[in-house]
Amino acid sequence: MADGKLVSIDKTVEVLLDKMEKDGVESCWDRHLQQEPRCQYGDLGLCCRHCGQGPCQIDPFGGEQQKGVCGATAETIAARHFIRMIAGGAAAHSDHGRGVAEVFLAAAKGEAKGYEIKDEQKLLTMAMDFGVEIGDKSIEEIAVEVGEIALAQFGQQEGELKYIKKAPLKRQELWHKLGVTPRGVDREIVEIMHRTHIGVDNDYKNLLLQGTRAAIGDGWGGSMIATDLQDALFGTPYPVLGRVNLGVLKEDEVNIIIHGHEPLLSELIVVVSQEKEMLDLATSKGAQGINLVGMCCTGNEILMRHGIPVAGDFLQQEIAIATGAAEAVVVDIQCIMPSLPSVADCYHTKVISTSPKAKFPGATHIEFDEHNALNSAKEIVKTAINNFPNRSRNVNIPKESVDLIAGFSYETINYLLGGMFRASCRPLNDNIINGRIRGIAGVVGCNSVRTRHGEGHVEMVKELIKNDVIVLQTGCSAIDCAKAGLMVPEAAGKYAGSGLAEVCETVGIPPVLHMGSCVDNARILIAATAVIKEGGLGDDISEMPVAGAAPEWMSEKAISIGHYFVASGVYTVFGANFPTLGSKKLTKHLFEELEEQIGGMWGFEPDPVKAAQLMIKHIDKKRKALGIDKTRERVLYDMAMRRELEAV
Amino acid sequence: MSKIIASAGIRGAHKIVERAEKKWKEAMDKWGANEPVGFPNTAYFLPVIYGILGYKVEKLGDIEWVVNKCKDILPPFVKENVHLPYLGPALDAGMATFFAEEVIEAIKYLEDPNCYTKQEDPTEDNLWLGAADDVILRKRGVEFVDGTAPGFAAILGAAPTNEIAVKIAEELQLKNLYVFMAAEHEGKRFSEQLQEEGVQIGWPTRLVSFGSDISAAVFAAGFAIRAAMSFGGVEPGDFRKLLIYNKDRIFAFALTLGYVTDEWYANGLGCVNFGFPVIADTPIPEILPTGVCTYEHVVSNVPHDQIVQKAVEVRGLKVTVAEVPVPVAYGPAFEGERVRGADIYLECGGGRTPMVEWLTTKEMDEVEDGKVEVIGPDITDVQPKSKLPLAICLEAAGRKFEKDFEPILERQIHHLVNYAQGVMHIGQRDIAWLRVGKGAVEKGFKLEHLGKLLYAKLHQDFGTVFDKIQARIYTEEDKVKEMEEKARKAYAERDARIEGMTDETTDTYYSCTLCQSFAPSHVCIVSPERTGLCGAYNWMDCKASYEINPTGPNQPVEKGECLDPKLGMWKGCNAFVEKASRGKIDHYYFYSIVNDPMTTCGCCECIAAILPMCNGVMTVSRDYMGETPCGMKFTTLAGTVGGGLSTPGFVGHSKYNICQRKFILGDGGLKRMVWMPKILKEEIADRLKARSEEIGIPNLLDMIADETVGISEEEILPFLEEKGHPALTMDPLM
Repeated sequence: MADGKLVSIDKTVEVLLDKMEKDGVESCWDRHLQQEPRCQYGDLGLCCRHCGQGPCQIDPFGGEQQKGVCGATAETIAARHFIRMIAGGAAAHSDHGRGVAEVFLAAAKGEAKGYEIKDEQKLLTMAMDFGVEIGDKSIEEIAVEVGEIALAQFGQQEGELKYIKKAPLKRQELWHKLGVTPRGVDREIVEIMHRTHIGVDNDYKNLLLQGTRAAIGDGWGGSMIATDLQDALFGTPYPVLGRVNLGVLKEDEVNIIIHGHEPLLSELIVVVSQEKEMLDLATSKGAQGINLVGMCCTGNEILMRHGIPVAGDFLQQEIAIATGAAEAVVVDIQCIMPSLPSVADCYHTKVISTSPKAKFPGATHIEFDEHNALNSAKEIVKTAINNFPNRSRNVNIPKESVDLIAGFSYETINYLLGGMFRASCRPLNDNIINGRIRGIAGVVGCNSVRTRHGEGHVEMVKELIKNDVIVLQTGCSAIDCAKAGLMVPEAAGKYAGSGLAEVCETVGIPPVLHMGSCVDNARILIAATAVIKEGGLGDDISEMPVAGAAPEWMSEKAISIGHYFVASGVYTVFGANFPTLGSKKLTKHLFEELEEQIGGMWGFEPDPVKAAQLMIKHIDKKRKALGIDKTRERVLYDMAMRRELEAV
Repeated sequence: MSKIIASAGIRGAHKIVERAEKKWKEAMDKWGANEPVGFPNTAYFLPVIYGILGYKVEKLGDIEWVVNKCKDILPPFVKENVHLPYLGPALDAGMATFFAEEVIEAIKYLEDPNCYTKQEDPTEDNLWLGAADDVILRKRGVEFVDGTAPGFAAILGAAPTNEIAVKIAEELQLKNLYVFMAAEHEGKRFSEQLQEEGVQIGWPTRLVSFGSDISAAVFAAGFAIRAAMSFGGVEPGDFRKLLIYNKDRIFAFALTLGYVTDEWYANGLGCVNFGFPVIADTPIPEILPTGVCTYEHVVSNVPHDQIVQKAVEVRGLKVTVAEVPVPVAYGPAFEGERVRGADIYLECGGGRTPMVEWLTTKEMDEVEDGKVEVIGPDITDVQPKSKLPLAICLEAAGRKFEKDFEPILERQIHHLVNYAQGVMHIGQRDIAWLRVGKGAVEKGFKLEHLGKLLYAKLHQDFGTVFDKIQARIYTEEDKVKEMEEKARKAYAERDARIEGMTDETTDTYYSCTLCQSFAPSHVCIVSPERTGLCGAYNWMDCKASYEINPTGPNQPVEKGECLDPKLGMWKGCNAFVEKASRGKIDHYYFYSIVNDPMTTCGCCECIAAILPMCNGVMTVSRDYMGETPCGMKFTTLAGTVGGGLSTPGFVGHSKYNICQRKFILGDGGLKRMVWMPKILKEEIADRLKARSEEIGIPNLLDMIADETVGISEEEILPFLEEKGHPALTMDPLM
């Protein structure tokens, strides 16, 4: 059996793995051990199963096997595999976005009871980005037009995605020059599938370009649309106090864990779970209340908007059930382990699947349908409440839970830095330029059993903030750093370098900012662009002192995110393992040549502290290029200089 | 923001908003919703509220919306642990503070209409001046625009001793800054400290005692925001632009002297929102990271002898202080100081004795640079309250020196002498008047210092146009009279030469973009027959200014091909305007008000407007506060057409320009003038008579209506008809 202390930095894992062992339940870490040794061909990206003649494997040590049956080389095979991962990730984000667009449109048309446009400002901003004429139109009319355009973006065949225009001009020009501006969201994914079919595109650099185009279609397309529509529909997040880790489960209340990625259903469960009818029902079953908690990115969504506690990250989904205290685990899509129903079998927990796209043998299926969403939500909550009396005495809720501040949307950061009358990124830019903040890092992504759970995120982020790099986070990475106490304002004085700490004290923020779920990485792109537009830090994201990382990545979505960061001009370092290492040429292309081509490039470093140092080195390189590596003289203005100022 | 500052400031804002609401409710009970309310003589209502929110408070009832707005934007208190971010919310709290303080102050005016002097100076029994009205704003605002005053210091509280207060005030004055004072510390107020020490307080000496309470600090914000609206042309309600404008162009800061209360912190947050940093003499927390202000936001625990220097540095302000060899303090801040009654030690001129000032050109070998001779008795030779005749004769020489520069340099004598603390100067030429106060004499001021300071300052400001200058100061009656006679001859020659210049015979005009520090698209082009609209720069001044500083705001403009001789348009001028306005304006007419007139900045002395019913134009000068027939007061007009716009139907111009031959000549000229305020008519009566004789309507002055005839077109039209005003029979204006 896996040793909790070795596999995770989180005490809850140790406690609950012990319990699972006692209860005779298998965990992902157990299965991880069973999977060893991993297939090395697969691990290095050198195994091809794209046609019936294979599997073909390339010898990484230079032996005879240097080509597949069809003649595909290591770089072709690894590149095809790599961009298919992009396709998988982009498809996941984008299908999520499409789902949101459908609900949004239904809500705009008044066909989805329980939903309404909560953030009109965001809607109007989208309308302007989409070129919708506002005139005298009602909010509903505008919303219908925005929804229709948003939905059409996915299937668009020609031209370019509307949100490309939000990128820095220089970046747009570069994308045009390279021919990687996405025409539509779906089309680029489909084209990957086509080009990676046997006997189509065999030039790894050309394959990569299509991967780039699809990834941009994710970051600046599907994901960005998803985030914006979710904000318009449920409200743009504003800083909120929350709590994180399994200690948020309650002994005496009905615990409902909402796990997955979409906020569509969870938002309604938030509402329904506090209705009197449900609370009465809970009381009648002997519970003191209904305790809704999140997990993974659905958890992040309701944390960001309502401060609902987060029970844990991807790797805590099984152990959450093993507490014996969960009445229901409600799941929708993405990153939900198929093992959940079998873990739940040993306890009273009901695993409730809700998406027609994601069914789990052994789970209860209560289908969520936006036209009947409130009823679905009620039925789910009732199912959980009715399950409360079935809870056995075999309960162990870990004590661990800590506070965090979440809810840092780009709009909010802008407001926080200047108030409602002077909202802007100016203070951020200023303090990057004057060196109090050395740079910005986006540390995002998953958990993987192939690294020590949480260690990669926490150690990397600590190293970054110690060196005055402010960190923006999403997804499970954010949850892990929150659990380590890095997302409270007090963390600045404790962990951050003096410059960053001073800025945090000025704004009243933690040194590590929670920006949402993994689909919300688009927020980081928009924030970076806003910094560019504010001035003084170059004309393109690739000129900024920024870097990205996913030290514990595991999903295809992470590869797609990583690649759209690279395609946006960001140096992005992954940990754990890297899927192209079998091809030196491809890896060199990704790690070095891309910088020349597109301004950003990949990196791989399993040691999180070393990875952080690579990021810092890159940030320093960019600072130097911008000429902000030296102390600046204080400029005193006389009248002649004031006359030279441009009008605002 | 530091947590302590944000927490305290937000608490303070809550208290101030509560106080405002309470005062407002009491006022409502007493006077009712329809009671008019506001600051005196202003077109900007309660200016911070009007500027930031675009909302006009005219009656008590209007305040309800403001109070609700304040409550809306007031953030919750900052929690001790795991608090939410506070910078943005704290800045909002600062703004709510200013809104609430304007409400409090407006109600104060209602409760006691005489709580403030409502003028430039304190009175016998009232030290507190209250809000600057629009006349003061314009008069003083111009100094901010041209750089005479680079900014202001808002002082809260009191210095530990009167002596320190006087030192700080003087140091600020020496840096040419205005000093706005409010609030108390341990029962003491900075203004009172200065008063106790006999320092002259009031707008003329730049030491402005706004009020005794902290809420009077909002008058400083109101001044800044009105400067942005009236000189910068920023629209009310365009809050972002207004605040950035203040950050970039109004070089102000706050000095807190004494214990910083929650309410002070709240005001500090308001200041930071405007980009004005706070410098404290107490060990409060600092906010050093930059961003909202240009540099640090709060710097604390600064010793009193360094506080002014520190503040100027933190604000990012470059002040060049002239080193002038006189035993008294010296700078523009002392220009408005008076010497009166028992204070007078020596008096010259002013009708009491002969006095003359004359600058003339000499050959290089005739001038010994820096030589100052006093011929006759000096101050040390006479008793207090003496009178002496006086001639100040300056002789300049240099390869680049032209006769045309004589009057320009000579005209400097007035303000340069006035800059000396304890010395008062009025007038010029042979109608000058000088008083030297006892204080100055005690410090060792003598008449030779007049020569020394003129030598030093003229070299500093005009040193590029002459090489040498010397001064002779006569105090013997016969010598003075001799000089007077010579000078009068020189004056007559000069005047004749200037009169003879015309636009047609001059190929090079001069630009003036001095005001671009405030109105970035404004471009004056000054021709011999169209002086600058501020009244301060004629063609010759601009020429000299260009000689002095070839890269400065006055540039030669080759007028080029004439595109329209009647309305006055030249190819070269248009090209220059387009470039200098950064593409905002690509042409204008010099002699027209109807067709794309010259741009107007907020500094203009007068604004002319078309009166369609009368088929003529009116003009109003900025010292007239009343209504006019065009339906707008001067200040509203300036807010509408100022800020660097070219607005057909309106044009800014100088008082002098009215009687110049090209004044709106394309539209018919002076004959179109149907209305002027009485004070303006009186001021320019002599020149207007001369000009009207020239155009063959000798009694034109009597035909021009003023406010005693009416302040609407309907009211003045019968008067014009009765007088047979020429405008009525001219071609239709439009």
